[in-house]
Amino acid sequence: MSGKNIEDLQKIASQVRRDILRMVHAVNSGHPGGSLGCTDFFVALYFKILDLSTDFDMDGKGEDVFFLSNGHISPVWYSVLARRGFFPVKELSTFRKLNSRLQGHPATEEGLPGIRIASGSLGQGLSVACGAALAKKLNKDEHLIYALTGDGELQEGQNWEAIMYAAHNKIDNLIATVDYNNRQIDGDVSDVLDLMNLGAKFESFGWEVLNMNGNDFQDIFKTMEIAKSKTGKGKPIVILMKTEMGQGVDYMMGSHAWHGKAPNDELLAKGLAQLEESLGDY
Amino acid sequence: MSLKKYTFTEKKDTRSGFGEGIFEAGQENENVVALCADLIGSLKLDKFIDHFPERFFQVGIAEANMIGIAAGLTIGGKIPVATTFANFGTGRVYDQIRQSVAYSDKNVKICCSHAGLTLGEDGATHQILEDVGMMKMLPNMTVVVPCDFNQTKLATKAVINRHGPCYLRFGRPSWPIFTDANDHFEIGKAQVMSEGTDVTIIANGHMVWQAIEAGKILEDKGISVEMINMHTIKPLDEAAIIRSVTKTGCVVTAEEHQRNGGLGESVAGVLARNLPKPIEMVAVNDSFGESGTPTELLDKYGLSIQDVVIAVEKVLSRK
Repeated sequence: MSGKNIEDLQKIASQVRRDILRMVHAVNSGHPGGSLGCTDFFVALYFKILDLSTDFDMDGKGEDVFFLSNGHISPVWYSVLARRGFFPVKELSTFRKLNSRLQGHPATEEGLPGIRIASGSLGQGLSVACGAALAKKLNKDEHLIYALTGDGELQEGQNWEAIMYAAHNKIDNLIATVDYNNRQIDGDVSDVLDLMNLGAKFESFGWEVLNMNGNDFQDIFKTMEIAKSKTGKGKPIVILMKTEMGQGVDYMMGSHAWHGKAPNDELLAKGLAQLEESLGDY
Repeated sequence: MSLKKYTFTEKKDTRSGFGEGIFEAGQENENVVALCADLIGSLKLDKFIDHFPERFFQVGIAEANMIGIAAGLTIGGKIPVATTFANFGTGRVYDQIRQSVAYSDKNVKICCSHAGLTLGEDGATHQILEDVGMMKMLPNMTVVVPCDFNQTKLATKAVINRHGPCYLRFGRPSWPIFTDANDHFEIGKAQVMSEGTDVTIIANGHMVWQAIEAGKILEDKGISVEMINMHTIKPLDEAAIIRSVTKTGCVVTAEEHQRNGGLGESVAGVLARNLPKPIEMVAVNDSFGESGTPTELLDKYGLSIQDVVIAVEKVLSRK
């Protein structure tokens, strides 16, 4: 996996974006906007950055472990897990349908490989990631914990309990990333409830803060390398990841409108025409 | 088999039983870890922390984070025991428990003290009487309410050794120790304390002692009481209920909890579906508590020994 170059990853990302559009279109529901915005990050994580096994084990001993706190962007996670070999790609066609392992929001009950905890009710993932990071330390496991949260999600108070806890307890085997797209359901985060100077907030809580363009593979690799180099030094690490909601599908970019809305037949076709079918549709 | 055999020479708080239980469980299994939200002394965790400092996590006054951290610790094979007062460990963090623990089926033990009216003078902000109802409604959740120091120690070890989400409820006051430290304790298996033929009393937690004392009065009146300690609300020992009420034909339940959502409601459901018989419930009736001593509060809110006696006499008249 680590041999993949950026061109390979861009091809995968294009296919993942096609998967996302087709999945939400098929059930006329789901969250394409944030999924498309975070596609490059997920592809980079699962095809380059994480040291993991596709032979899924719930405890995740001896491998890196990733948690998705903003569970509504499940389409991108499911597509990337399938394309990475965690489960058959054709299973993506069951997304949000009855008796599926691909629930609207990620869940463990149906036993989908790659998912270690349910998420969807926002604000809980950082706490879980802190716990898993503590378990890694107790187990003397040198692997890292990664977590992704939304930016609007940081309006939930539990995050700040976790942020305070992680710094106080020197959880330095944790790399958290914030999808810093400034969008949430009701509008721009800065209009709904402004996070103000988010970097300064994290810094004042005692975190190491990095910035990254989440839609640029070069910058993702460079920043994640820096983040890894800063682990084990007594501070948790957060990456404020600028992304564009709806990235890769022109009519979905530039607003919060496509946070949780599926395209109709015509707009699906328009979107797919902008994305190369590089690996074959499911 | 008379209830008169149940006496006590010593009183102790059930939370101290928890403190003993988690220490022994910690000795037996190095994966047992504890978390607390700024209430170490109240939860009697000192011994565990002294012996296993690296396996204890102080989370501060941040219960939501505690539940999430506990869920995360299971990913890596730990058996986290999350502790605080029952009010803060259930109602305050219901959504965290629902999603990160119950729905995700994580091996988290939520062990809470200061439940019910008997926490006393702190008043209604802290006297949660709805926790059992909230916890029993959650799929995957086991709910255990032991009756005295000895049983709380046994129950603590039992929930830690049981795989899956568990809620263990205990309390603050010094309370008679009337069960044996060597009793057999099995989650989901009712403890029949006395056999009788006229009425079944099903109680849990502190109310088991109240019910035993009531049963002694009733025995003196010539009433044959079958006393069941239903320490596990979920999974409920339905067979034990049906077996007993088939024999006695009526039942009184007794608990330190709201009538809505409590043990009595669970027992009534079993009987309604299988064996409709008269039932009376000794419980708090849709009310918050207040400041006072435990005994004063039990009296005022209808949980006294005499209240159990009256409920039995009433249910017998309905047979």
